[in-house]
Amino acid sequence: MNIIIVGCGKVGRVLTQQLVEGGHNVTVVDTIADKVNTVAERYDIMGVIGNGATHATLQEAGIDNADLMIAVTGSDERNLLCCLIAKKAGCQTIARVRSPQYSVEAPYLKDELGLAMVINPEQAAAQEIERVLRFPSAIKVDTFGQGRIEMLKFRLPEDSPLCGMAIHELSSKLHCDILVCTVERGEEAYIAKGDLVFQERDVISIIAEPKAAFTFFRKINYKAQPVHDVLIAGGGDISEYLCELLEKDGIAVTVIEKDAVRAEYLSEVLQGTTVVHEDAVSQDVLMQENIDKREAFVALTNFDEENILLSLFAKSVSHAKIITKINRIDFDSVIGKLDLDTIIYPKSVTSENIIRYVRAMKKTIGTNLETLYTLIKGKVEAAEFIVKKQSELTSAPLMNLNLREGVLIAAIIRRGKVILPRGGDSIMVGDSVVVVSDLIGLHDMTEILR
Amino acid sequence: MNIRMTVYILGLLMMFEAVFMAVPSVTAVIYHEQQLWLFAAIALFCLICGWLMTLAKPERKNLSARDGFLIVALSWIVLSVFGALPFYISGCIPHFVDALFESVSGFTTTGASILHEVESLPRCMLMWRSFTHWVGGMGVLVFIMAFLPISGGQNMYLMKAESPGPSVSKLVPRVRTTAIWLYGIYFVLTLIEFILLAFGDMSVFDALNIAVATAGTGGFAVTNASMGSYTPYSQVVVTVFMILFSINFTSYFLLLKKKPKESFNTEVKVFLGIVTFAIVTISLDIRHMYRTVSETVRHAAFTVGSLISTTGFGTEDFDRWPSYARTLLVMLMFIGACAGSTGGGIKVSRIVIFFKNMHNELRVMTHPRQVKKVKMDGRQVEGEVIRTIHVYLACYLLTCVVSILILSLDGHDLTTNFTAVVATLNNIGPGLNLVGPTSNYDVFSTCSKCVLIFDMLAGRLELFPIILLLSPATWKK
Repeated sequence: MNIIIVGCGKVGRVLTQQLVEGGHNVTVVDTIADKVNTVAERYDIMGVIGNGATHATLQEAGIDNADLMIAVTGSDERNLLCCLIAKKAGCQTIARVRSPQYSVEAPYLKDELGLAMVINPEQAAAQEIERVLRFPSAIKVDTFGQGRIEMLKFRLPEDSPLCGMAIHELSSKLHCDILVCTVERGEEAYIAKGDLVFQERDVISIIAEPKAAFTFFRKINYKAQPVHDVLIAGGGDISEYLCELLEKDGIAVTVIEKDAVRAEYLSEVLQGTTVVHEDAVSQDVLMQENIDKREAFVALTNFDEENILLSLFAKSVSHAKIITKINRIDFDSVIGKLDLDTIIYPKSVTSENIIRYVRAMKKTIGTNLETLYTLIKGKVEAAEFIVKKQSELTSAPLMNLNLREGVLIAAIIRRGKVILPRGGDSIMVGDSVVVVSDLIGLHDMTEILR
Repeated sequence: MNIRMTVYILGLLMMFEAVFMAVPSVTAVIYHEQQLWLFAAIALFCLICGWLMTLAKPERKNLSARDGFLIVALSWIVLSVFGALPFYISGCIPHFVDALFESVSGFTTTGASILHEVESLPRCMLMWRSFTHWVGGMGVLVFIMAFLPISGGQNMYLMKAESPGPSVSKLVPRVRTTAIWLYGIYFVLTLIEFILLAFGDMSVFDALNIAVATAGTGGFAVTNASMGSYTPYSQVVVTVFMILFSINFTSYFLLLKKKPKESFNTEVKVFLGIVTFAIVTISLDIRHMYRTVSETVRHAAFTVGSLISTTGFGTEDFDRWPSYARTLLVMLMFIGACAGSTGGGIKVSRIVIFFKNMHNELRVMTHPRQVKKVKMDGRQVEGEVIRTIHVYLACYLLTCVVSILILSLDGHDLTTNFTAVVATLNNIGPGLNLVGPTSNYDVFSTCSKCVLIFDMLAGRLELFPIILLLSPATWKK
């Protein structure tokens, strides 16, 4: 597909990389020549210098032949304007709109302006944080089938009863309806196979209905209750979205914000939240706010370095669930080694959403890509497909399908009911099917067949 | 430096060179020439070497800017050395430096020769000589890129280092698609010229040779008389195509995309302006030498087209022309073709930007507070581009001066030495006096020939890759 990306910031760059790797023809547009040149040198794309919100520039970038225009500049208004102009040229548009003032109007904007997608990274990040806080034992929680099914990632502690157990023994020993999808051990990542034996410090992802997951975690001595109180450092947009969500869940929230005006604003909009006007980057302040007794701590300041320091400190003084927000994606391998529990990359969340949309845009034979998550970066993806037509997939029970190596059919949702598939089950038209695989870039489900 | 990737690309290059040698091999089959086995053997050798070099697929495919320059420089050296083997082993050119000179002159589309009797060469050798022009014209790495995805995303460094012009722009987002477009336009234009020539008075063999030599703006002909022995019709066709091949290929692409306005940009306008000016004034200057106006204009137009496009064909010995005509022709040699064409020289766009910047700087001297940016086709020219052009011109001047100085050791006159360097550095071919259109480069010593080989390579690759290859700083970790 021909795709134009307006804005060469962090998200623009990640998108460029992933879309080029996905085999698309990408043209990037930015007003700053330096930024365009850097990206154009790094990736096999075309760069256009100019204001993406003008018709002339978009014309130069080839809007007439483009299939999709993605506006990810720093300004919401400009992004929307880009979309309006691109829309007139007859191409699909995606805009990043991050301000809370516009976010409530997102559905209206989407419909009235004819946008294909409005993406709000801060809101998406807040939602992801909220999911983890409801299930604090997990590092990451993804949902499929409108929340009917959850994919949870967690780390096995040293004394876990699961250590030394093989995957096929799980159901007989624990009597839980869950399915193990992937196991990460150090740098290695495995798609689950029956004879794989768990070791301590493995990172495991399982798929299950929320209730079943709850029982499973109780049986392996994990905390499965949502947290009761949260301390948040930094009162930016993510905090605002997050507090709203947590208030609805009835969780007690304290936000520390150093800017007086912002703190006052927050206290105005967030009635149920305690807003503290202080600089969070101070041991005294954190101790005063009882960080050592909190059940969860979320570091959401604007600086990655501060967030990392705050989280490391929190880890040393308390047993709280710790969530760290990181803006820069470049150093994720180093940060991953810091053992920081849950890390949220809002930029990745944005690009992941857009990539999913792009992949779903490709003409498919009989299945539609519905949801897509990166389980292990660059290695394993989990994708939810809706089966629209009869095909080879629906012809036989799973055990008779000739699946490719590294493919796991993790769940089938049929008429609102979740099936964790065994070999005898088969796929039917109308099902949503969750596929976990190391074949990156699936856009049609028939690709999982040999 | 990514050594494994370098070896891999050089391996690919050798395999492609083996494929290129199929062209003279087929010629040898058609004319029952015994050099067939020679070409087959060398091609096989290249194929095996290339295959061995590509056995180990590099794990790390990313290239830095430095890798790009070095790979391009090394590629052209390897290409030329192996391209010289047929001339040398067959005994057509007994000295290796001479054979290398001929091969480099071919690939760099210079067209300067050390041969006294071109006609005495077997036809397959002539075909190989002309065909090297075609390969070198658009660039061999660009050719490989059109066929194979070489590396992840950093192909741009290779393309930048190999393509002529101050700034390289893609036609479409993908390097590979861009390369396919460029070669597609190149091939079609060559084909049209071949058909037009073959319908004239030329034999198919001559038409093919002249067509590929014009396409690459090379200038190797199949007779000593160059283009002089053909009819006026053929000469006019070649004149038109020499000028067509020295226009930026992006313009043709835009024309195909139905954007005639963008296609006819400043560079093309200035280029055609210079060509017209030169043809008119030279015609006036040489009018008493020929009987009819049409003959005068034809010779003037052919020579102007030949030199500004840096092809180097000749219909007339312009060395006998009056002083003004000769001087203007030498100046045209410096200007050269448009960026992004197959021609050499400094390139019209560089000269336009250079003069615009000069004009601005002079204005700023009288109004020190004035802020003025260089603009071309309604776009601001980035500071980096202007800086690179200045560095380019400095390198150009230095190469020129040093080369002339070394050549002077042979004891020839200044005009000979000066035009020999200018004609090789700008990839033209013939100069004046001893290296004029009717003579050849055999008058120089081996040392001077090596300097000229360097100049041809440096000129084709626009100086930086070859100079960086020799700079010790490039090789430091």
